[in-house]
Amino acid sequence: MNLKIDILREENNYIVRLTGEIDVYTAPKLKDKLLPLTEKEGNKIKIDLANTTYLDSTGLGVFISAYKSTKQNNSNLKLIHVRDRVLRLFQVTGLHEIMNLEIDER
Amino acid sequence: MEHFDFIEMKVPAKAEYVGVIRLSISGIASRMGFSYDAIEDLKVAISEAATNVVAHAYESNGSGELNIGFGVYDNRLEIMVSDQGESFRFDEIKNRIGPVSAKEEVKPISQMREGGFGLFLINALMDKVEINNEYGVIVLMTKYLDETEVELSDQIQTK
Repeated sequence: MNLKIDILREENNYIVRLTGEIDVYTAPKLKDKLLPLTEKEGNKIKIDLANTTYLDSTGLGVFISAYKSTKQNNSNLKLIHVRDRVLRLFQVTGLHEIMNLEIDER
Repeated sequence: MEHFDFIEMKVPAKAEYVGVIRLSISGIASRMGFSYDAIEDLKVAISEAATNVVAHAYESNGSGELNIGFGVYDNRLEIMVSDQGESFRFDEIKNRIGPVSAKEEVKPISQMREGGFGLFLINALMDKVEINNEYGVIVLMTKYLDETEVELSDQIQTK
C-alpha cells in the first residue's frame, strides 16, 4: 500500500510513472514531487497511470492542483495510460472533460 | 428482525491506516460475492469516509480513532464510519440515523459543507448514504449485491 514515484527526464519532457496506490497517505508525497515540475515554463509532463492500482479524491486533488499550476506557469500536463477504474473516477467527477487524458482501450 | 453479521474494527485516525481499511472491505465484499467493480467502488467510498475522519483528526491535535462497522446482510453491505472512540451500537445508531428519525440530523449529501469531492464520490458510488452529526460525524452507507434491488428497497422504506 504504497506509491512509487519514478521521474524520467529528457530536457524539459518529463514522465512521472506512478506505481501503487494514491490515497490520503501517499498523495502528499506525490504533490511534493509533481508540483515543482509544473512550475517551470515550457515543461511537458506526462503522468503514466498504467500501474496505478488505486486512486481516490486525494489523488484527483493533486492532479487538479498540478493542472492549475500548468495554466499559471505555461507548462503542460497530460495523463497517460488512463484505464478502467481510474478512468471511472475521472468520468464520475467530470474531470475527464477538463483535463488532458490519453485513454487506454482494453 | 433481519439477521446480519457484524464486524467492527478500530484503527488510529492516521493516513497510513486507510489502506488497511481498504484491504478489510475488499476481503469482506469479496466473501459476500460482490463484483470486481463493486468492490473497487466500495474501496473508494470507505476510503473517502475514512479520509474525512483522518483530516479532522489532524486538524484537531493529530490524534483520535477511526471506528468502522460492517453490517453483512444477505443482500447488502452496510458500512458505518465514525470518528468516535467509543464502540458504537450498530443497530441503535442505525435507528437514529434511519429514515424514521431522519428529520433533522440527517442531511442530504448535497447540503453537507465539507468533503467536496470525497462526499460527492461516496454518493455516486454507493446506493444509499446517510450522515449523522449528532455525536461527531457518522457516515452510514449501503451497497446492494444486486443493483436491481435498490428500487425495491426504496419502496419498502417509504411505506
